Amino acid sequence: MAKKTIEAAAPWGLLVLTIAIWQTCCSVFEISEFIFPSPYRIAQQTVEFGGVIAAHAWRTFWVTMAGFGLAIVVGVLLGFVIGSSRLAYAAVYPLMTAFNALPKAAFVPILVVWFGIGIGPAILTAFLISFFPIMVNIATGLATLEPELEDVLRVLGAKRWDVLVKVGLPRSMPYFYGSLKVAITLAFVGTTVSEMTAANEGIGYLLISAGSAMQMGLAFSGLMVVGAMAMVMYELFSYIEKHTTGWAHRGTNSE
Amino acid sequence: MNTENFLDFQGVWLAYNEQLLGQHHFAVEDINLQVKRGEFIAIVGPSGCGKSTFMKLTTGLKQPSKGQILVDGVPVTGPLKISGMAFQAPSLLPWRTTLDNVLLPLEIVEPYRSQFKQRKADFVERARRLLSTVGLAGYEAKFPWELSGGMQQRASICRALIHEPKMLLLDEPFGALDAFTREELWCVLRDLWTEQKFNVILVTHDLRESVFLADTVYVMSKRPGRFVVKREIDLPRPRDLEITYEADFTSIVHELRSHIGSIRKTDSVTRP
Repeated sequence: MAKKTIEAAAPWGLLVLTIAIWQTCCSVFEISEFIFPSPYRIAQQTVEFGGVIAAHAWRTFWVTMAGFGLAIVVGVLLGFVIGSSRLAYAAVYPLMTAFNALPKAAFVPILVVWFGIGIGPAILTAFLISFFPIMVNIATGLATLEPELEDVLRVLGAKRWDVLVKVGLPRSMPYFYGSLKVAITLAFVGTTVSEMTAANEGIGYLLISAGSAMQMGLAFSGLMVVGAMAMVMYELFSYIEKHTTGWAHRGTNSE
Repeated sequence: MNTENFLDFQGVWLAYNEQLLGQHHFAVEDINLQVKRGEFIAIVGPSGCGKSTFMKLTTGLKQPSKGQILVDGVPVTGPLKISGMAFQAPSLLPWRTTLDNVLLPLEIVEPYRSQFKQRKADFVERARRLLSTVGLAGYEAKFPWELSGGMQQRASICRALIHEPKMLLLDEPFGALDAFTREELWCVLRDLWTEQKFNVILVTHDLRESVFLADTVYVMSKRPGRFVVKREIDLPRPRDLEITYEADFTSIVHELRSHIGSIRKTDSVTRP
């Protein structure tokens, strides 16, 4: 029990330690605020520009969630198709792998031409960067079925659909939740990158304008806010995963 | 029509695909087999002799390249719903409780499927009864990973029997268990069969297992699989584990052992 408490407190401890070292270095070596702001300075500017940061953060948050929602829908559907048909798998998978290797930031200028400056490119960049892991994980979960179990069910007259619904989908749920954790953090990356060049709102825009105004404390607090939002969402999906597919994690969370 | 025979293989050959058929590479060859209603047969043989192919043919998951198979007087043309299967791996679904795992076939096979919602209480009662006959009373709400290997295998056999099949096919079901658990499960299977008198086809490596349980033991040769020996086991029933230590029993086991030994020998000579 005591060990559990220590484990839970460990990341906070590390955070406090890092900030302390950071602050000490900045104070002792008298590093300029315009080069590398101290945590104190960042906190100061965060409070000072609290309202502005919150507005930009909210924009980044909902844009990311919209792109991520789109990624879930498309990722699950595509994953379902390629996981349940060998032909579709053979046809789609190589192309998807090639697509996934492209840097998504390179799509932003094209998306700007198509959709203009604003939420369009941001939502789509978040979507493009995050649907791939969801698709792959659903497909993998569906494709891994023991041949014996398939025989047992087929003898009973089970159709492909029965096997998919009774066995394939439940089996792919742990993979699905696992992929959501990865995808949500990627989605924040996509939104922020897109906002840096193709928006007048959002944390990405804030970072660029703060940087060009030499407001380094503000730029850093923007980074902190994105990191914090991604981490909270990650923990949320991690919690949902543990409480819906506990059977797949019996080794790690058994009492 | 001879209604006496429940299972009737008439000159059955199987090649897995057209190409192998063209080259006359058969997985099983010229199988002729008549099994009476309610008979318990065991098939033994070296590994890779086509025992699993035989199972697929019997259940209709594979169609023979030549010959025909009759079950209950009717030619087999597709998956046979009157059969239940269990394998060496229990392959239970980890997100379902033991009870829900056993109920799974009823959610799929007709006529139970369409009645599943209305008669759920009946079905649950039936599953509980079945689980208690194999000694799993009180474990209904447990998940498979909370059960031992032997218990999982008991549950797997219950899943194979829940829709009251006329034919139970077991592919080395006790192969992965320790010796004591295995003998315990022999008795579980013996009692289930004695009570319900379904047909059993047991594929196994274990000669003692085959002699203890079966009415008739068939020995298969290596690829291409053929039935080379048929041995009726005339030991009196009900059989008790004690008989496995008696002279009659061991002499039958030795006799089968020598058949298998000679198959392995001729095989290694004739193979290039």
